[in-house]
Amino acid sequence: MNISEHLQSAVIIGTGHSGVQAAETLRESGWTGRIVLLGEEQHAPYQRPPLSKDYLDLDKAAGPLPLRAPSFFEEHRIELRLGVRVESIDRAARSVRLSGREQVPFSKLVIATGASNRALDIPGSALSGIVGLKSLDDAGNLRELLGPAWNIVVVGAGFIGLEFASAARAMGKNVTVLEFADRPMSRALSPAMGDFFARHHVDAGINLRLSEGIASFLGDEDGNVATAVSTSGSQYAADLVVVGVGVVPNTGLARAAGLPVDNGIVVDHDLRTEDPDIYAVGDCASFPSPTGTGRIRLESVQNSTDQAKHAAGQIAGGADARYEPVPWFWSIQGGVRLQIAGLSSPGNETVLRGDPGSGKFSVFCFDGEVLTAVESVNRPGDHVAARKLLGRVLAVTPEQCGDTAFDLKSQSNALALTG
Amino acid sequence: MITATFNNYIGGAELVKMEQGVSIMKAAILNGVGNIVGECGGQAMCATCHVIVRPEHREQLPPLSEDEDEMLDCAATARAEGSRLGCQLKAGEHFSTIEVDLPETQ
Repeated sequence: MNISEHLQSAVIIGTGHSGVQAAETLRESGWTGRIVLLGEEQHAPYQRPPLSKDYLDLDKAAGPLPLRAPSFFEEHRIELRLGVRVESIDRAARSVRLSGREQVPFSKLVIATGASNRALDIPGSALSGIVGLKSLDDAGNLRELLGPAWNIVVVGAGFIGLEFASAARAMGKNVTVLEFADRPMSRALSPAMGDFFARHHVDAGINLRLSEGIASFLGDEDGNVATAVSTSGSQYAADLVVVGVGVVPNTGLARAAGLPVDNGIVVDHDLRTEDPDIYAVGDCASFPSPTGTGRIRLESVQNSTDQAKHAAGQIAGGADARYEPVPWFWSIQGGVRLQIAGLSSPGNETVLRGDPGSGKFSVFCFDGEVLTAVESVNRPGDHVAARKLLGRVLAVTPEQCGDTAFDLKSQSNALALTG
Repeated sequence: MITATFNNYIGGAELVKMEQGVSIMKAAILNGVGNIVGECGGQAMCATCHVIVRPEHREQLPPLSEDEDEMLDCAATARAEGSRLGCQLKAGEHFSTIEVDLPETQ
C-alpha cells in the first residue's frame, strides 16, 4: 500500500441498503483506504422491505433481518458508526462534521441519506396514534399499537399504505383506506393494474375510499386519535392511523453544502454530484432518466443497491459503463404478488396479457413501438421475460404481448443471447 | 441439530447450525456466509439467494413453485440441476441437514 492510498478515506452517510452496498462494493473493488459508514439509527443495518409485510405478523416474533452479518463490517474493514448524526458537509475542508463537533475527513463522499415520510399538516395530525412506517423503530411501534387496535384508517393508497392495510385486514381489523386520487398507486401503476388492485382490496373487505382524501383528525380527551374526517365530510372511527402519503428525499446536507437539488440531489450518469468527489445514491438521488428525458428519482431496493454498486465502482476504479440498468420493483398485498419491470409514463399504450379476472395477468406498456414497462400479477414468467426484453427496440410487438399463445420466454431468451 | 453446509465456488466449505423455521438465505446472512444476498428479504422476488442443492439432499425438498421456478431464470449465474432459492428452504420444515453449492455471482 502506498502512502497516498493509505491517506484515502471514503465516507458514506447513511446505513440503509445503498450505504451498506456502497461500502461493500468499495472494498470488494479494491479500495484500500478507510471506509467510514455513518448511520443515524442505533440499529445495525437491516432489511427494509419486510417491515411493511412479514414483520407486522403478530403471530411471529419480531425479528428484523440484518443486511449483513455482525462480523461483516470488521472483516471488510468498514468503520460502522451507529447513532451518529452528520451536521454538515464542509467541501472546502473535505470533511463532514458530526454532532458533537467531531470532524471526519473524506477524500470521497457518498451521500446515501434516503428519504423521510412526508408529514401531514392538517388539524389533529399531532394526536397520538397517528404514525408512519419507514424505519425499524416505526415498525416496532406499529406492532405494539396494532394488537389492541380495531378501527384502522390508512391515509394514502400507495405501496406502503396498501401493504400495511392488507396485513391489518388479514388480522381481521376494520380497515379504511383514504385516497384522494381516483385509483390506488396511481403514480406508479397503469390504470388497468390500479383498477385490479382496487377490486382486490375491496373484495378482501377493505373499505377503500377513492377520490376522498383526509381533511382532519378528531381526538379523545386523552389526546388519542378517535376519528378521521375525510374531504367529503365523512367520519371514520380510528384507534390507529397509518399515514403513507409518500416521502421526501433527505437533501438538507447536500443543499446546505451548495450542491444542486431538484427533487433529490442532482447527479450525472455516474451518480456524481457537481462536486467530482461527492456522489449521491438511492432514494435521495435525482439522476438522468435512462430513457433520455428529464431526471428521475426512484425509491426501491434494486435502485439503491445498483446505484451504490455503480458509484462505488467509479470511486474504486472508474468503470466506464454508464448507470442504466432496468429498474424493477415489487409489492405483496394480501397474497397478490406484483412485480414491475421498467418505467411507464402516463399516456403509454397498454396491452393486457392474460385475464385480470383469473388473478394472473400482466400489463405491457408501450411508448409507440418501444416496450417501457411490464406490470405482472402472479405471472413471474412475464416479469422475468420483461427484464430481458426492456430497453430493446422492436423486441416484441403489442400484438405478441397480448397473445398468451406467443412464447415470450423464448423470445426474451433469444434476444438476451444476442447481447 | 439442524445444519447446512455451504460450499463456495473457490472450494471452501462452511457448516452452519440452524434454528427451526429459518431459511437457508437467512442463515447464510446471519452467519456471514459470502455470496448470498437476499435482496428482497425472502419473498422469492429477486433471485439473489441462489443455491445449488447437492444431489443427495434434493429429494426431501418441496417441489419448485411457479414463482421460484421463474425467478431462477433471472439468477445472475445460470441455473443448474438442483438450483433453488435459499429463501424458500426452511430448516426443520424441509430438511434436517443439507449441503449446497454457492454460485459465483448473485
